[in-house]
Amino acid sequence: MANPREAIKEDSMILQKEMLANLFKELGNTKETGKKVVYTFVPGNLTELILSFDMLPVYPEINALQSGMRKKSAAYIREAEKLGFSEDVCTYVKCDIGMMLNGNIGPTGESIPPPDLLLLSYTGCFTFMKWFENLERLYPGVPIAMLHTPYQEDGQITSDQVEYMVKQLKEEVIPKMEMVAGKKLDMQRLSNMMSKSAEAEDLLVKILETAKNKPSPIDAYFAGVYYIGPIFTAFRGTDEAVNYYKELYKEVEQRLKLGLGPITPEGELKEEKFRLVVEGPPNWTNFREFWKIFYDMGAVIVASSYTKVGGVYDLGFRHNPNEPLESLAKYCMGCYTNMNLPQRVNFLADYIKDYQADGFLINSIKSCNSFSAGQLMMMREIEKRMEVPVGFIESDLVDPRYFSYANIKNRLESYFQMLEQRKIIMTQEAETA
Amino acid sequence: MTKYYLGVDLGSTTSKAVIINDQDEIIGRGITNTRANYSIAADIAKDEAIYNARFSILKKRLENEINTTPEYERYIMDLESVFQYEQFKVRLDKLGDELVKTCKAFFKDEKTQETILNHLRTIRKTFKPVIKRDYLYNNLGSKNQFFRDIVSEKYNEEVNKLDISLFEPLMTVWDKSISPAENQLIIFDFKELIHKAMDDLHEKYANPPEINDHTHVNFEDELKLLKGNFKQISESLREHIDAISDLEFEITNMTGTGYGRALLPFPQNCIRSEILCHAFGAHAVFPKTRSVLDIGGQDTKAIQVDKYGLVTSFQMNDRCAAGCGRYLGYIADEMSISLNELGPMALLAEKEVNICSTCTVFAGAELRELTNLGEKREDILGGLHKAIIMRAMSLIARSGGIFNEFTFTGGVARNPAVIKYLSQLVKENYGDDIKINIHSDSIFMGALGGAMFARRNLNLELPATKQEVAEMN
Repeated sequence: MANPREAIKEDSMILQKEMLANLFKELGNTKETGKKVVYTFVPGNLTELILSFDMLPVYPEINALQSGMRKKSAAYIREAEKLGFSEDVCTYVKCDIGMMLNGNIGPTGESIPPPDLLLLSYTGCFTFMKWFENLERLYPGVPIAMLHTPYQEDGQITSDQVEYMVKQLKEEVIPKMEMVAGKKLDMQRLSNMMSKSAEAEDLLVKILETAKNKPSPIDAYFAGVYYIGPIFTAFRGTDEAVNYYKELYKEVEQRLKLGLGPITPEGELKEEKFRLVVEGPPNWTNFREFWKIFYDMGAVIVASSYTKVGGVYDLGFRHNPNEPLESLAKYCMGCYTNMNLPQRVNFLADYIKDYQADGFLINSIKSCNSFSAGQLMMMREIEKRMEVPVGFIESDLVDPRYFSYANIKNRLESYFQMLEQRKIIMTQEAETA
Repeated sequence: MTKYYLGVDLGSTTSKAVIINDQDEIIGRGITNTRANYSIAADIAKDEAIYNARFSILKKRLENEINTTPEYERYIMDLESVFQYEQFKVRLDKLGDELVKTCKAFFKDEKTQETILNHLRTIRKTFKPVIKRDYLYNNLGSKNQFFRDIVSEKYNEEVNKLDISLFEPLMTVWDKSISPAENQLIIFDFKELIHKAMDDLHEKYANPPEINDHTHVNFEDELKLLKGNFKQISESLREHIDAISDLEFEITNMTGTGYGRALLPFPQNCIRSEILCHAFGAHAVFPKTRSVLDIGGQDTKAIQVDKYGLVTSFQMNDRCAAGCGRYLGYIADEMSISLNELGPMALLAEKEVNICSTCTVFAGAELRELTNLGEKREDILGGLHKAIIMRAMSLIARSGGIFNEFTFTGGVARNPAVIKYLSQLVKENYGDDIKINIHSDSIFMGALGGAMFARRNLNLELPATKQEVAEMN
């Protein structure tokens, strides 16, 4: 394949890059600054709480995806497999463990400090628990705080569940954090941060909802993963995040006003031919190639479930300064992978309707149980209920061995032709009728 | 002027072409083995479909005459077979040249060279009349009729008769010559070839074969021809034959599909996914079909279609050869029998030996192990065929299952044991009411769907402009 040309980037992306660089610099300097480090996961993360203690969060799955994008994951996974991890284990886990065994060098080249606390809130993914059991072995003696997030089995969050979670926060999580940080929780500070969280969350929803326009000024999946970056990770509740989303919203509004399509690494999408709703995480090892297939076909992802793993804000949830702990509890339980399957189907069906999508596509991830379970059922339900063509492709998060460009392209080509042919025949049918 | 539409399905094993008229009726079919040069494979399939179309048009024109004089049909059928032989002969000559060229380039030592050349000449002299006879008397029957297969079988037979020391040099020459020979595009003059074919037919009818030859299908018509009528028949048909030879055959639009579609010499907008084409073709033949299973050489697809024949979803096995046509090919090789013998042999199974269906190569190992344990070949084959269908059933389930009517397409649909187990398992899983369709043209479904898209898409002027098509012809 020819060398790709330099990727086109938006200003907000440069801003985000700076934010991340600063974070990793700060992580690299913990020896000097004495700041404590908390390892935790994106879905249902308690970032405001961590930051309110002046501790720094590290998200292993973000490191893994960064390693994937930087073509380092294959070697890391190999390391973990040498240690005895099976071929079928989540590749985020193996990539992360491989990275640790290789000196824990982060995406910016600075080494990531070992954890002072493992904070496990295993929202919708049981592998998280096993992951941290392994980290505990790699970092013997590290304190662990565990937050059990009840699954939305009945499709709703009850007051009992909120109470149960708040109790855990008060009795388990906060005391552990206080111990590690060496200071008491500042509830006022936490509450102030929640106001900023809500402000950024409002902006994010507005940004994602611009995709309801035709043409959509954004791609809510491939570009969407950048858009969710700051709010799903270390910046929720900070001024930086609010500024980032203001800047991003300004850019998106401008494109909307001019009737422009999304910016992609290959340039602006000139003609929106297909609008899709996508379920499942993207592949990271061949992210740009993967995106380009859609770009080449004129396909825009107008809504995706993946950009809701760290919070389904378009359903109305906001962090609430008046009830900081309760809203943390509701936040954890409300994340996409913690919703039951009928909820997810309804949610995706609404997306197809509200965003006027032509089709529904699933990227099934070989090593991700929490996303893959139920996907075929969801696909069938959507096909039946929404009468849109559905597509199914298979890849992996960060294991390049499971990304077959030719197979994916072949299936996607067929899928886009399904959409195109449908338009042609339906027009002919309408004419002859 | 009648409009014709072409669909070419470039599969991993075979390349198929179908020509339809503006009523979606198939009037020409062409098939050849896919080879290194995809565009040659597509061209050969296309040319064959056009020749075949000329013969169909001839038969259609003579419809009334054929009703009163059935030996006309027999004559045309024989003529088409001999016409294929005429093409074959030209290719054989090209192969001969190639063999000589390779031999000279490869064996520098004059003595060796001369020895090998002599053997090559003898081999050719021996098998050429055998092949001619096969064509003339329709002896090729159910065997693979591709040039490569026919020639290679005969060549192998002859080489095996010789001293073992000659095996390697002769096979080396063969291996290096067959591909270049096969990848040459030969432009045939239809009229010239068909006249030659008529002459050869005279030879056949003038020297009648033994009457107890069982290969003759329509004995009565044959006899009439043999009774000296052939000259008269061929003279009365000559005018029509010349007319269809001179017929200008314009393809109004075309669609390319199949695994090699991106490499077809077609403009981008004339290329369609084989999933859409198989579904559209199958739905056209069986309009009530909602589920289609296609087992090709290197992938298996379960497809759901709507009432228009449009695909609503599909599931593909594109990761594993187990469950594809290749699985059977591999097993046939392992057992040293031809692919066409596999199905009939499996039908003789008294039970199905349980075979794991996850991997083709390991199934080969399993097969040897089971033979070792004393299992019968037929029973193992029964198990293998069932294993493929079990995999297909899982794919069908993933795609959404089967509703009312189900159509099976692809090259594997010609295998009777596959059909047996598929029917059995479909009924077991989805009930006895499911109607299962398997068409004799199932291998052409993708090309048919392609041709049908070519006809429909034209209305919107989406794909090729006339000029682009003209340039390609």
